[in-house]
Amino acid sequence: MAGKTLYDKIWDAHVAHEADDGTCLLYIDRHLVHEVTSPQAFEGLRMAGRKVHAPDKTIAVPDHNVPTTLDRINGVIENEESRIQVEALDKNAKDFGVHYYPVSDVRQGIVHIVGPEQGWTLPGMTVVCGDSHTATHGAFGALAHGIGTSEVEHVLATQTLIQKKSKNMKVEITGKLKPGVTAKDITLAVIGETGTAGGTGYVIEYCGEAIRDLSMEGRMTVCNMAIEGGARAGLIAPDEKTFAYVNGRPHAPKGAQWEAAMNWWKTLFSDDDAQWDKVVTLKGEEIEPVVTWGTSPEDVLPISALVPSPDSFKGGKVGAAQRALEYMGLEAGTPLNEIKIDTVFIGSCTNGRIEDLREVAKIVDGKKVADGVRAMIVPGSGLVRAQAEEEGLAEIFEKAGFEWRLAGCSMCLAMNPDQLAPGERCASTSNRNFEGRQGYQGRTHLMSPAMAAAAAVTGHLTDVRTFN
Amino acid sequence: MDKFETLTGIAAPMPLVNIDTDMIIPKGFLKTIKRTGLGVNLFDEMRYDRQGNEIPDFVLNQPQYRDAQILVAGDNFGCGSSREHAPWALADFGIKSIISTSFADIFYNNCFKNGILPIVLPQDAVDVLMKDAEKGSNARMIVDLEAQTVTTSDGESFSFEVDSFKKHCLMNGLDDIGLTMEKKPSIDAFEAKAAQERPWV
Repeated sequence: MAGKTLYDKIWDAHVAHEADDGTCLLYIDRHLVHEVTSPQAFEGLRMAGRKVHAPDKTIAVPDHNVPTTLDRINGVIENEESRIQVEALDKNAKDFGVHYYPVSDVRQGIVHIVGPEQGWTLPGMTVVCGDSHTATHGAFGALAHGIGTSEVEHVLATQTLIQKKSKNMKVEITGKLKPGVTAKDITLAVIGETGTAGGTGYVIEYCGEAIRDLSMEGRMTVCNMAIEGGARAGLIAPDEKTFAYVNGRPHAPKGAQWEAAMNWWKTLFSDDDAQWDKVVTLKGEEIEPVVTWGTSPEDVLPISALVPSPDSFKGGKVGAAQRALEYMGLEAGTPLNEIKIDTVFIGSCTNGRIEDLREVAKIVDGKKVADGVRAMIVPGSGLVRAQAEEEGLAEIFEKAGFEWRLAGCSMCLAMNPDQLAPGERCASTSNRNFEGRQGYQGRTHLMSPAMAAAAAVTGHLTDVRTFN
Repeated sequence: MDKFETLTGIAAPMPLVNIDTDMIIPKGFLKTIKRTGLGVNLFDEMRYDRQGNEIPDFVLNQPQYRDAQILVAGDNFGCGSSREHAPWALADFGIKSIISTSFADIFYNNCFKNGILPIVLPQDAVDVLMKDAEKGSNARMIVDLEAQTVTTSDGESFSFEVDSFKKHCLMNGLDDIGLTMEKKPSIDAFEAKAAQERPWV
């Protein structure tokens, strides 16, 4: 019999029921909840007179449309609709008795940063959330994916999800990364290779030396964007780095339970003879710092390249590239590193962790944000913010001229007041460059925190390898 | 949920690839705490100018497509967010079926929870259906879920695959939660076993 992949092992350990046609009820270990995709689900429970099946496994935190300005401390959310959503979550968390980190709590932050930080996310778990970037938690060797609101209600009511198994895809990054190349460049380079639909129907396992060498923060960045490649989830097998990160977190197991957990966690890897439905291999040393030029995460090129011509594509992509260039206000043939920017956004569930902020501080220490550029740093959680202040990073940011904000999703999706104006161009560490994503008619270039920091200082997209 | 049976309707052509959830329903409209009323903002940034006037070129603003119930779309429709507001907005507008060469995974699942049938067909079939949709309101396409076929106004038919469980639920308007609740003994048994094997969870 063929060996199992990591995905096979986690899947098999969570099937609560299997029907004759292969439809399974997958048991969910952790259900993360935020204010935007949950109100209709809780309302559905109320209407049907249902309870939350496992409130102890359900963790809620508002993040998508909370303001990130300092006046939030006064507890005021000016936008009425946003306030109604946050208040609905306050009430739903209380009424249904789930774990909750309200806006006023220092542990509040982006749900995908709070989960790992608090030790809710552990190897071998199934984790879901009404948010596509739930894939982030796969960095721990947890099977984690986004679900819609109907499924949120289903998990609340039954702690299970109706699922059919996905296929297995291996993405191997061999060798070492060159200086200036980061986890964000890996994950964008993979999407550039496979396309945004290349992972559809698959769960990806990232492996190889370059992945092993990443910190847990970097691994979270890689898995976070699995969804941008179309995959349901991205996974990385847990190792000593994973265990060291988890150990001592508030909700991680302790004592004898830790030992028992470790015994199982150490079995969580893909067997040598496991069967893969698709394999993609990239050489780590060939990956360059990359940026996106268009309106899909697959529109990615090395910073040293030129804006491409639509004629260089095939099929439906020709029209899409034409539309993208028009939307982005770019001419084919322009060197990417000459594109001027108006705004820099550093944060999000992709790159809002402490290591990301340290990278930024290294670049901007003693320098100034370019004239006319608005630059903001939004930490992923209240605890990341506190740590950055303790390490003196916040001081570096403020001296350089960055706005230093409170935790939330912020300009990644611009549901709160942090938005681009029409035509504004942003160097962003977030995950999506869709039309209108960061504000109506806003123009987004995705990149790593180091690249965004360099762009903030020079005022244009910049190769961090030659930045001084 | 309404039962999905045979649908005979106008199909609107949207050949653009990678139509994402931010295009389908921009985030400004995610702040609702209801499931209904989003149809007027479907494709908002493509459909209206900044002053809220309709952009005449946009397909669903054209007189012949205002009552479209079917979309024929480019590859990778529904990519991006997990927001169910996307199928809610489509359903509220009156879209009951979407045809493409591929769909993003979460969006695809979300459609079935809202009475919408997403249909995956090969490129050559989608090309024929796109051409048929371009004929406007004189062309009625037929989607027969029972038979798993789409038929053009000229009578050309294409068979599609759909998961048998999803088909069953859609045809009968069944509520997933109710069905899963019937399997509660299995869930209870799983929890008891998991509590032994992985007590730290």
